[in-house]
Amino acid sequence: MTPDLLNTCVRKKITLMLILALMSPLSWAKEAAPVAEDPVIEKRMLALSEDLRCLVCQNESLAGSRADFANDLRREIREQLKEGKKDQEIIDFLVTRYGDFVLYNPPIKPTTYLLWIGPFAFLLIGAGILFFYLKMRRRQVEEPPLTEDQHRHAESLLKEDKGNNA
Amino acid sequence: MRFLLPLAAFIVLVGFLAVGLGLKPREIPSPLVGKPAPVFQSPRLHEPDQILSSKDNLGKVWLLNVWASWCVSCREEHPLLVELSKSGIVPIYGLNYKDKPELALQWLGQYGDPYTVSVVDPEGRIGIDYGVYGVPETYVIDKNGVIRHKQIGPVTIESLEKKILPLIKELQG
Repeated sequence: MTPDLLNTCVRKKITLMLILALMSPLSWAKEAAPVAEDPVIEKRMLALSEDLRCLVCQNESLAGSRADFANDLRREIREQLKEGKKDQEIIDFLVTRYGDFVLYNPPIKPTTYLLWIGPFAFLLIGAGILFFYLKMRRRQVEEPPLTEDQHRHAESLLKEDKGNNA
Repeated sequence: MRFLLPLAAFIVLVGFLAVGLGLKPREIPSPLVGKPAPVFQSPRLHEPDQILSSKDNLGKVWLLNVWASWCVSCREEHPLLVELSKSGIVPIYGLNYKDKPELALQWLGQYGDPYTVSVVDPEGRIGIDYGVYGVPETYVIDKNGVIRHKQIGPVTIESLEKKILPLIKELQG
């Protein structure tokens, strides 16, 4: 058998194996059945719940949480979407019950001023402190001029050092 | 001066941390306090063929306690509720949240039933209307049907004596 023929043989075998693998019952199994029948509503529900916080596990979004509570709220959102409600109406529905806390993107109002402005305020304060600190340090670092006596002393020390090295 | 600044910063930091330790991030203030309690009509736990409407309670101060047989902290507060119901100070209505009736009835048989009436909320829909996110929760509702206080988590002797009982007295007066 020439190498070429062998190659075709191997290729044929591989093709056959692939075909067999594709025909196996496992490969026919569908992906996990979608929870809701309507993919459009499911997509909107997911997009909406990405921005909503699960109150039980507070660091998770409603979309990502597996808590029972998140499940219930996702069901609620799904149902309201099916009824034809707008995204904003559903968000309002949740906010009247759970407060701004459910929103990952809370509105700017007096109770959330600190939340929105706080980081920038701290940045400004930090920059101010740094500025004054650097200014103060420059003043401290500036070398005071030597007196006549100190000059002579330093020079004699330097000479001495040179003599030793030679 | 050299130590004063770091010391001051340290004290401020400790202050922030001390306050932070006392905060309870699980207790999210309910926007429903001060608003009319959501109206519900639901079958009673003991007599499923009878419907209780929350409107029937207009004109009296009442507590709505959200509970379930699967809820571990409910067991913690339960003796207090039983005692409170015996005192007759205020009627306690139960909202049996996402529970199975047979398990709920068995639970009440075991630990005592402090509720004037319990209604069932098998799918947690009334719960969503009330903004329930952690059982147990207890609402104080006044004569006009307005929520005046929400206790998140189990009722304790402290919360009863400091907040709930004085509030009830004031609302009944």
